[in-house]
Amino acid sequence: MSFTNDQLERYSRHIILKEVGVKGQKKLLKSKVLIIGTGGLGAPAAMFLAAAGVGTIGLVDSDNVELSNLQRQIIHLTKDVGKPKVVSGQETINEMNPDVNVVTYQEWVSSANIIGIIKDQDYDFIIDGTDNFPAKFLINDACVLTEKPFSHAGIIRFHGQTMTYVPGQGPCYRCIFKNPPPPDAVPTCKQAGVLGVMGGIIGTIQATEAIKYVLGIGELLTGQLLTYDALDMDFRKIKLPLVKDCPVCGESAKIKELIDYEGAVCELKQN
Amino acid sequence: MSAIKANSYVDITDVLCPITFVKAKVAIEELEDGQILEIKMNGGEPLNNVPRSLKDEGHKVVQVEDHGNGTYTVFVKKGDL
Repeated sequence: MSFTNDQLERYSRHIILKEVGVKGQKKLLKSKVLIIGTGGLGAPAAMFLAAAGVGTIGLVDSDNVELSNLQRQIIHLTKDVGKPKVVSGQETINEMNPDVNVVTYQEWVSSANIIGIIKDQDYDFIIDGTDNFPAKFLINDACVLTEKPFSHAGIIRFHGQTMTYVPGQGPCYRCIFKNPPPPDAVPTCKQAGVLGVMGGIIGTIQATEAIKYVLGIGELLTGQLLTYDALDMDFRKIKLPLVKDCPVCGESAKIKELIDYEGAVCELKQN
Repeated sequence: MSAIKANSYVDITDVLCPITFVKAKVAIEELEDGQILEIKMNGGEPLNNVPRSLKDEGHKVVQVEDHGNGTYTVFVKKGDL
């Protein structure tokens, strides 16, 4: 493939970078990133990946846009309230960058569908932009079992954290957090609140990791948990050990099938 | 005049910074190491910056020709990065 003049101009600031260049931009245009959750984390991640020219972006979310989402989920606009989030996200991306093919999955991930979604486009990298522990463990286990790299992240109040899993290159999420906390033991963002920008900071770091992985440049957050405290404006990197007896990625892993954990009661939908 | 034989040619007199460098970079990335790109460019800003940027990326400027009309031809040998 060769670039059109419009593409040369659109991606000029990338192409100028020695670490990206023509070859790197072509890699981005051929790359496929799956974003699970089109909310606080997924919205900015999707927008920056779309702007960067990631050729295929998958969006997974069953929700419709609500007014209370708009304080942080910047891919959705006021006129989108009531629309499925994946449709709203697709429309924003299409308007931003016609080079991007958006694939939508209007469903919640579960043990029944997540492998099929990952394999649908054989995604290169997965971004966990979900807001609950059952989904986070499900995404981790699915990525370990299908040998896909992914970026984990979570945000609440003024705190955020993120780490990157690459098969064979460091611990998985379950190495660090063995099992989900009991339902309702940890407040959700709905109960605890979250500063709107938290998803912007952490989701954009997730997008950065996806881009670096596709380009094969720099150091990823493998074996490291990056934590961010917005009130203290403090970033910390915590080294994470590989857990040899991890139940999913360890040497004699016991988990061979995906698990659907019970979610927090307030998250259950009535429909 | 030169006897340099270029492997490829690009004219960047019709674009402005930073597309000048971008077009030159796209053209040189398509060459093999050691091959030569002939770039036609305007004097002033492009002549000041494009050869320098290419040098920064490990390529070698082997010759510059002044056409006397404000345009120049710069021959650049692709370096191994």
